[in-house]
This record gives sequence, structure tokens and C-alpha cells, in this order.
Amino acid sequence: MSQSALHTPETLRSRSETLAAALPALMADAQHLSSTVLLGTHGRKRAGTGDEFWQYRPAEAGDALRAIDWRRSARSDGHFVRQTEWQAAQSVMIGVDDAASMTFTGSSKRPSKLRRAQTLAMAISILAVHGGERVGLTHLNEPPRGGRAQLLRMAQALMDGHEEGDYGAPRPRVLPVGSRAVFFSDFLGDPTPIEQVLGRAADRGVKGALVQVLDPDEEAFPYDGRTVFESMSGAIRFETLKAKSLREEYLARLAERKDRLAQAARRTGWRFHVHHTDQPAEPSLLWLYGALQKVRS
Amino acid sequence: MIANLAFSTPLLLVALVALPILWWLLRAVPPAPIRRRFPGVALLLGLRDDDSQTDKTPWWLLLLRMLAVAAAIIGFAGPVLNPQAERAGDGPLLIVMDASWASARDWSARIERVEILLDEAGRAGRPVALVALTDLPGGEISFQSANAWTPRLPSLQPAPYAPDFAAAAQWAETLDTEAAVFWVSDGLEHAGRGDLLDAFEAIGPVSVFQGARDVIALGPPRFEDGTIRTPLQRQGGTAPREVTVVAHGLDPAGIPRDLAREVVAFPAGEATTEAVFDLPPELRNRITRFEVAGERSAGAVALTDDALQRREVALIDAHGEGEAQALLSPLHYLRQALAPTADLMEGGLSDMLLASPDAVILADVATLSPDEEAALIEWVETGGLLVRFAGPRLAASDVARDSAGPLMPVRLRAGGRSVGGAMSWGEPKQLRPFEEGSPFAGLAIPEDVTVTSQVMAQPDPQLSERTIASLTDGTPLVTRAPLGQGSVVLFHVTANAEWSTLPLSGLFVQMLERLAVSTRPATPDAADVEGVIWVPEDVLDGFGTLRDAGIRPGVPGDRLVEAPLSADLLPGLYAGGAQRLARNVMTADTVLTPAVWPAAIPVEGMAVVEPTDLMAAFLAGALALLLVDAIAALWLAGRLSGALGRAAAIVLAASLLATPQPASAQESDPASLSPEDELALLATTEVTLAYVVTGDAELDRISRAGLQGLSNTLWSRTSVEPAPPIGVNLETDELAFFPMLYWPVSVNQPMPSTEAYRRLNDYLRSGGMIVFDTRDANVGGFGSGTPEGRRLRLLAAPLDIPPLEPIPPDHVLTRTFYLLQDFPGRHISRDVWVEAAPPDAEQIEGMPFRNLNDGVTPVLIGGNDWAAAWAVDESGRPLLPVGRGMTGDRQREIALRFGVNLVMHVLSGNYKSDQVHVPALLERLGQ
Repeated sequence: MSQSALHTPETLRSRSETLAAALPALMADAQHLSSTVLLGTHGRKRAGTGDEFWQYRPAEAGDALRAIDWRRSARSDGHFVRQTEWQAAQSVMIGVDDAASMTFTGSSKRPSKLRRAQTLAMAISILAVHGGERVGLTHLNEPPRGGRAQLLRMAQALMDGHEEGDYGAPRPRVLPVGSRAVFFSDFLGDPTPIEQVLGRAADRGVKGALVQVLDPDEEAFPYDGRTVFESMSGAIRFETLKAKSLREEYLARLAERKDRLAQAARRTGWRFHVHHTDQPAEPSLLWLYGALQKVRS
Repeated sequence: MIANLAFSTPLLLVALVALPILWWLLRAVPPAPIRRRFPGVALLLGLRDDDSQTDKTPWWLLLLRMLAVAAAIIGFAGPVLNPQAERAGDGPLLIVMDASWASARDWSARIERVEILLDEAGRAGRPVALVALTDLPGGEISFQSANAWTPRLPSLQPAPYAPDFAAAAQWAETLDTEAAVFWVSDGLEHAGRGDLLDAFEAIGPVSVFQGARDVIALGPPRFEDGTIRTPLQRQGGTAPREVTVVAHGLDPAGIPRDLAREVVAFPAGEATTEAVFDLPPELRNRITRFEVAGERSAGAVALTDDALQRREVALIDAHGEGEAQALLSPLHYLRQALAPTADLMEGGLSDMLLASPDAVILADVATLSPDEEAALIEWVETGGLLVRFAGPRLAASDVARDSAGPLMPVRLRAGGRSVGGAMSWGEPKQLRPFEEGSPFAGLAIPEDVTVTSQVMAQPDPQLSERTIASLTDGTPLVTRAPLGQGSVVLFHVTANAEWSTLPLSGLFVQMLERLAVSTRPATPDAADVEGVIWVPEDVLDGFGTLRDAGIRPGVPGDRLVEAPLSADLLPGLYAGGAQRLARNVMTADTVLTPAVWPAAIPVEGMAVVEPTDLMAAFLAGALALLLVDAIAALWLAGRLSGALGRAAAIVLAASLLATPQPASAQESDPASLSPEDELALLATTEVTLAYVVTGDAELDRISRAGLQGLSNTLWSRTSVEPAPPIGVNLETDELAFFPMLYWPVSVNQPMPSTEAYRRLNDYLRSGGMIVFDTRDANVGGFGSGTPEGRRLRLLAAPLDIPPLEPIPPDHVLTRTFYLLQDFPGRHISRDVWVEAAPPDAEQIEGMPFRNLNDGVTPVLIGGNDWAAAWAVDESGRPLLPVGRGMTGDRQREIALRFGVNLVMHVLSGNYKSDQVHVPALLERLGQ
């Protein structure tokens, strides 16, 4: 995580895989399926298409002849049909805010917020793919897919282009019903769009997590003296004569923002987490892993 | 303080007026803001600053800047503390210094004062002439620029005598210049001061500079009531003061040291006091001078001469005259003459000779026993003075009839003669005036000294040169002959008044003095010393330091006693024959009186307050303030964080430390060992082989590896278990700890210093051994030499090396541990040189070898590059190839054996040489 070079699609993926290797494969909790599933697919606890044996049931009229399991039937007088468990993969949609504010870092020793967010996003994607899930990016107009090729495509898409403007907002274009979603952002912009998205997601039965990625400087506000603060694009300016005196108020506002996000998340059954770029990524990934497992839709 | 402050360019101070404007300007300009990118700015929008003061520079920062600017302005205005009041007047300047012994006590202050006067004159562009009154210039004085005089100041020295003001006044009257006179006086009244002052006043206005320190002078010591009393005078102070008088002299080992010290106090208001030394005669006779401790002046030194010496004189007369009356005793007049100034001994001759008297007087003793005579001859030959007096016994005896004999200066005729008596013709004879060259030359002969009887000397070719006093008819009265280092003197008359009236006269005492039988009781007068040329042995300089007189010419006796001290007659110790006479600055009747100046003459002190230029200090202060201001401004602006803050703190701390403060010396930890002690500990806890560090890194590495290899071999084969070898730096390291030094000769090695050679020689003399290795296989052979060989000769030239010879086949080195006949290293040259055997070493019959070299050879010189053959690497394998194949291994083995033998030889000396005696010893034990 400490490399300050920009991500290329390849390095992003390899680094993310390194990070993901530290964890067991992600098992996103499936609401409808039982826990006795093979790695990668989620049993739906009912008969259906799938690879796993589910039950033998007496053949009924209408069953195709070839559906009868002759080996089982030979052991008794009746005819039995072998049913398999219905298996369906979960979809995990990932949104990464790539607005200008995310490129901030307070120290050359720390990665930018964007890079940390991308890393976390890819890490959780890899875990999901290893778990057999389908993953996709919310801002792409593509359905979620599984497989390593999808990881490559995602990494490519994450690295492609940045959103204009200082602060981004999640604009999910694809949000399959019942899927999981994760949004990475600093959430320093207007919080209203996020609340709306959360509401919409809740309507569609989408549960997930908000991960607020913050630089330690944004938490500590270690500034003093006569200062002109500018947003990353320079569009917003604020001048103070004594920055230190603003610290308390700033911190209060930041806490209020976190509170608001946490409340919005709680209301819609989402989870909210704050990650700092000076901390290692693994604890946050672990939290994210747990959060996606525990969400009950 | 403020009154002593002046500015070189005070106009610049006007700029201080601008400070309030600057204040206003600075106040109006707030510090520039920092631009920061910060995503959280969205959260900041709408917040308000509560403190509206910070857009102005804080007052203390303003004050700091004001101070900095003010300091800069004041600094450039050139502040000077204690500025010198410029002396009025121009035109030439004559600086006159007394430069006498009394100036020596504060000579440096005087020189500084004159230097300042010269500086002033230099600034004013006045030509200067500088004259020391004790060393008057010959002709017209030359006025030169002050710069020309300043370099000559340090060579100006005070003279050990007082200036001759009369001569100076004459000189001053010859000057026809107009000049202001600055007279640096020694503060003492000297005769003729008024005349000189008048002469100077005729030249121009006179200013006098004189110091305030006491002049302390030590009068000549005198012997009184068994104690030595040295009078002390002071001039200047009246407060009670204590001074220490030190008696210097030689101790029995001949080393000069303090023999005694006395602290004497000047009571308040008293100008004189006296130091009393009560010393045993042995100590007293050794005193060479008295000094007032801490007073650097010729006047504070009193040299002692014979006046303080008490000679021990042994008196012997013929036995058996105990019944005689005292006035007839031959010894009576001698006792009377000598008792005041000498310690007399009487008794048996052999007993008294043991007490080593300075002189022995035999009064009419004709014969001595043979062993007494032998002892007396021996004593005289070692420097004793034997004085014999004639008398009836001598005249009647056969002593010195045929030959003079060693204890008689001349041959004597039988009987002697009698003149002017009742039974004889002629008048009693008088003394002929003493001739030049006689020790009595110059002594006045009283009219009433007559001789009626005497023993007669045989005419002899040597008689005239041995006669040092004779009668008017030419017959010798006193004869003298040298014997060894001493001499024998014969008075041809008796020691009592029987044969002559000489013992009744003062001349008798003077003659004994001249013969150095007795010593002068006090300062002699001119008559006592007339006719003798006194040669200076040691002279005093103005600071009271005793120096060897060198080749200074001798001084006639009357001049020595009476003439005032001058450049030709320096105070010091003068020798005339066997006598010593000290001429001191102070005589017994010298009285120090302060110089009194007319009221019109301005008198200034010697103390000078140095002008201190404060410009640098002010500018540095301004700079420091600006630095503090820069850091403070950064801190105010919030830019002082992290590494920048630390750097600023360091800069601030450094600038604070850089301000001049008396640095406290770091106390060293007493518990920790100094490097020297560590080396000593390392080298002495185990046997340690050492090599000389040549400065050639590769060579030193080989030396170290070689000695390591040798150490390994010793460890495994012998009971010598050496510590790892040590490289020795000849310049710094102590050598005494090492039994052996291996010294590979490198052409590039610098010559060791003299000090290093001194220690090397000490090392060699105290039993050390140096192995020189030229590493060139001696290809040059003896005499011609390789570069290393020539270098070796250069290096070893200052060493105390005995004669050398090629190692003989029966040298103990061949058998100290291994039996060896070859001493190879990497090379197999046979030429190895050791200390030569004594020339009388012979092979005893039946012995396998000669009994050689009782001791260890101090040097061993060869060129076989032994260290390279011994050298091993860390794992103990040979470092360098030696020879080829098995032969090479054998050669290495022999080289190692040679090394073992070498170390054994160094450690056990000639022990193996003595082993040849073991059978004989065993045989003797068996009986």
C-alpha cells in the first residue's frame, strides 16, 4: 500500500490480490439460501438447478423418464427422482468516488484517498469473485459478472478517467434487485444524493456498506495561521486568519457529517465505516468482509 | 559606562528617528497567508474567525524587529567602549623609558602603555623617537613613524641597572629638536633626575607615566649571629604586605632547587624589613642566591658570594707544646684571623681529613707519619689547599732538603736565617710589593710588617714562579706549588709573631683571604680586591634571571667594587682566582626613594583601559534578532511544523550556542581509562609482540599477520602464550611494555621525531630489542645497499646501537629453543646482524661455544622478510607463498623456528648459554 506510484490496471489488480490473499474467500451472505453451499455459490435451500445433491423424491407423473435416478430406484420398489439444490450467485456492486477531492493526501508518505479506495474496492471484488460471486461497478452500464476477466475489466474501468468536479456522488446505473453494494467515498460533498441513493437501494432490496475514506489531516485539522483553504480543483476558497481557531468547529461539522451518514445507513439497513489512509487496509477489508456477510436482507 | 561609550560615526544615529515610521509600516503589513489544498474546505464554509487581531503583526514581533534594526543602526554607527581621549598636540614625540631594573616588575604594562602611545602618535601622524635611558643612543636621535617603532617594542628589555641620569642629561642637552617628551619612569629617585628633567623641558612639554606597583628590592645578605639576614625594601605601597624570600642553591645531587623559604611581612607604613634564615652550615654554603618570589626584577635577586661561605679549616700544630703560653702558640693568630669567617677544626689529621675541610693549615709541622702523608697528598690532589707555616721545627728538620717532596712547594736550606736580631747583622726585612699575577697583587703592605727570621728556599729554576710573596731582598716569603687539583702554600715564617710581625697585621688576614683560606666577612672595599681581574661567571638580566656570562670581559677589582652598575658591569657573580664576588643591584646602603615630580609635570598611571569596538557585537546581535524574527514569523504563520520546525529549533539553538560564552571544559570521566592506559593494560597483561607502524597499510597488515602467525606458533609449541600483536606508533605509544619490536623498513616511512628517538633509545637501553627487516634479501650486500638498506641506515643513525657483526654460529640465538643455523624468512639470505661479541670472547677448552653476549642483543638486522613468512590469515593458513613445494614448507617451518628462537632469546636472555654450565653445577651439587 505504500507505493506512491499511480495504479496501472495490472498493478492495481496484483496488489489487490495480494491484499485479498490474506483473507478466506468471501462468502457473501445469501438471504434465501442455506449456509451449506459450496465455495463460490450460495445454495438457496430449495430444489432447483445446481450441482449439489438436494433430495430424492418419489417420481411423480409428468417427470421425464430421464429424470429418474435408476440407481436409487433399484434399491426399492418405487421410482425416485434425484433433485439438486437450486444455486444462484450473489451480485456485489461496487462504487468508487473518483472526484477531485479523493485525490488528496496530507503527506507524501500516505496514499491518496482515491488510491486506497480503489485498492479496497478491488480487494473486496477479488474476494467476491473467489467466492463465486458476480461483481460489477455501479457507474458502468454493465451487469455484474464473475471470473477473473471481470476483475481485469473492473480494474481497467477504475483507472479510466475521473469525474469532473470537486465532490462526487454515487450514481448507480445498475443495481440488481437483492444485490449487495459498496460505496467508497470521502462523503465530504453534499450528503443528500447519498441519502437518496440509499433510499432507492433500500427500495430495491439492495443492502451494502458505505466506506468513508479520510486522510488523517482531514480528521485532525493540524493547521494554524493565516491560511487560504482551497478545494482540490480550486473552485471553492475559504480564507481564515487563524486556522487553529476553526479547528473545533470543523471537527464538530465532520462528526455531524459522519453521524448523518451513519443514520442514513442504519435507516436503510446499510453499514457505515470510516477508513483512514494512514491505517493499514486489512482491518477495513476485514470489516467490509464481515459487513457483507452479516447483512440480512 | 555610558560615559565611556563613543561612536565613530555618530551621524548615523539619526536613522534611529526612522524607527517609529518603520513601526507603523511593519504594523500595517500582516503576514502573508498560506494557500492550502484541503478537501474539507466544504465543511469550513460559513465559519467565522473570532480573533480579528491577527491580521496585524503582534507587538512583540514588532519590538523584536525594531530592536534588530536599532541594533544594526547603532552597530553601523561604530560604538566604541572606553574610547581613548586623543592626546592633544602634534609635532614629533620623544618617548623616554627608564628601562631599569625597577621597571622590570611591570615591564609588559610599560610596553603596552608605550604601544598605545605609539598607536596614538601613529593616528595623529606624529613622528616618534623611542629611547631607553639605560641604553642611550650614540648620536642624534632619529624620529620615525610610529609604525616603525611598534615592531621593535618586543625586543626592548629592561637593564639590570639603574639609568645614569647624569649622562642622560648631557645627552639630552645635545639634542636640538623640538618634541613633546613622554617619560615612562620606573618611579624611583635616581641621582640627577632634576637635571634630566630640565634638559627635557628645554626640548618640549614633558608628561610622565609611572606605575603604581610596589618596587620590592632585596639587599645583599649578610651573616650575623649564625643567621643570614637579607634586608628588604619597598617603595610605593604602605599597606601591610607579605612577600616570600626564597633561597636557591644546589642540592647534594647538584640540582638547583629551593633550599629555604621565608615569609616576611612589611608592616603597614614600613618600607623596610628583613628576612632571617637560620640554616645549618651545610645548607648555608650551598645557597647561590636569594629571590623575592614572584617579583621579576634584578633588584629582587641577591646573589651570594664568598661572604656567606664558611670554610672549614683544619688547624694542626706540632704536638707537645701544651705548656706554652697562648700568645706564643703558633695557632693563636690563625685562630684569631680565621674564627670570624671560618669554621675551625682542631684534632688529629686523619680524623679531620674525613670531615673534608676546605683547607688544612700545618703550623710548624715538619714530619708526618707515612699514612698521614699519603692521606694528605690524596686530599690535596682532589682539590684541597694545604698551608704550611715554617718554624723552628721545620728549620731544624731535614724536610725538603734534597727534594721538595709533594707537600712542600720548594726545597729548603738547612737552618734558615735570622736578620736584624740581637745576634745578627742587618735590619729586619720588609715585604716587597706584590707582583702582578700573585694572588696578593694589589694588597697594600703596611710599613710595620717586618721579618726577622725565615726559612730559606734553595735556588731553583722553579723558585721564582713559585714565589708569590718575597722580601725586599728577593728572598721568598710565601711560595706556592700546585699538587693535583689542589695546591700547597708555604709561609716561610712562623704563624706567630716570633719570626715576623706579619701575623700581627691586617695584611695577614687579607693574605689568608686571597688564598681562600678564609672568606671575606662583608663587602670588600677597593683595596681588598685591587689588582685582580674579576671574570664574570653569571650575570643577571633586568628580570632577575641568572644567565651564563659567556665571553664577557673581566673587570678590575676596584672598578668591580666601586663603579656603578652599567652595561659594562652587569650585576652577577664574578670570579677572581679562587674567590667569588657577587655584585648585586642593591648594595647595603642603597635606599629606595620615590621619584618626586614638580607639580607642573603631568603624571599619568600605567593602567590603560582598552577601547573595545562594539560594532561587531551590535551587528551580530542584530543578525541574531533577525534570525529569531524569521523563526518567530514562520511560527506565527503556522509554517513551522514537522521537520521545518525541528530545523528551526536547531538553528536557534546553534545561534544561541554560538554567542560567545566561556565554554566550560568537559570533565572527563575519571573512571574511564585513557588510551595510553588501555594500551599499557593490553600490552602488560600478556606477552605482546609489537611491530612498528610504518604508515604503509599493506606492510602493516603483513607485519600484523606475521606476528599473529608467530604468536600462534609460540602458543602451540612453547609456554609463551602471546596476546594478539599490537601495532606501535613510535610518536605516541609507550614502548617499554613490549619485549620486542618488529620494524619492517619501508622506503616511504617518515623519519621519527627526536622525541620518538629519545624513547627508542630509552627502550634499547632498558633491554628492549628491535628487529629491523629490510625485506630485500640483502641483495645489495654489505656497504652498497638497496633503497631499504639506505633507509634503514638513515632510520637507525640516531639510535644508540652497539657494534654489530654477522650472527656467529655459536650465537645463543642458534639454540634458544630450536637448534638452528639458518634464519630464513621469505628470503634465505644468511646475513643477519646482531650485537658484536666482546673482543675478548674466547672459546674455552671443552666448551662447545664461546661464552658470548651476556645479555640480549638490542638489535637484529636482516632482510629476509620474516613477517611475510610467518604471516597467516584469519583462519590460520599461510598468507603468502614461501619457496616452492616441500622445500618452501620447510623454509617456512625454519622461519617460524627462527621466530620462536627470537622470542625465546628476548624473553630468556642468555639462559641457554648458561646451560653449558649445568653439568659442572650438578657435579658440584653432588659433592
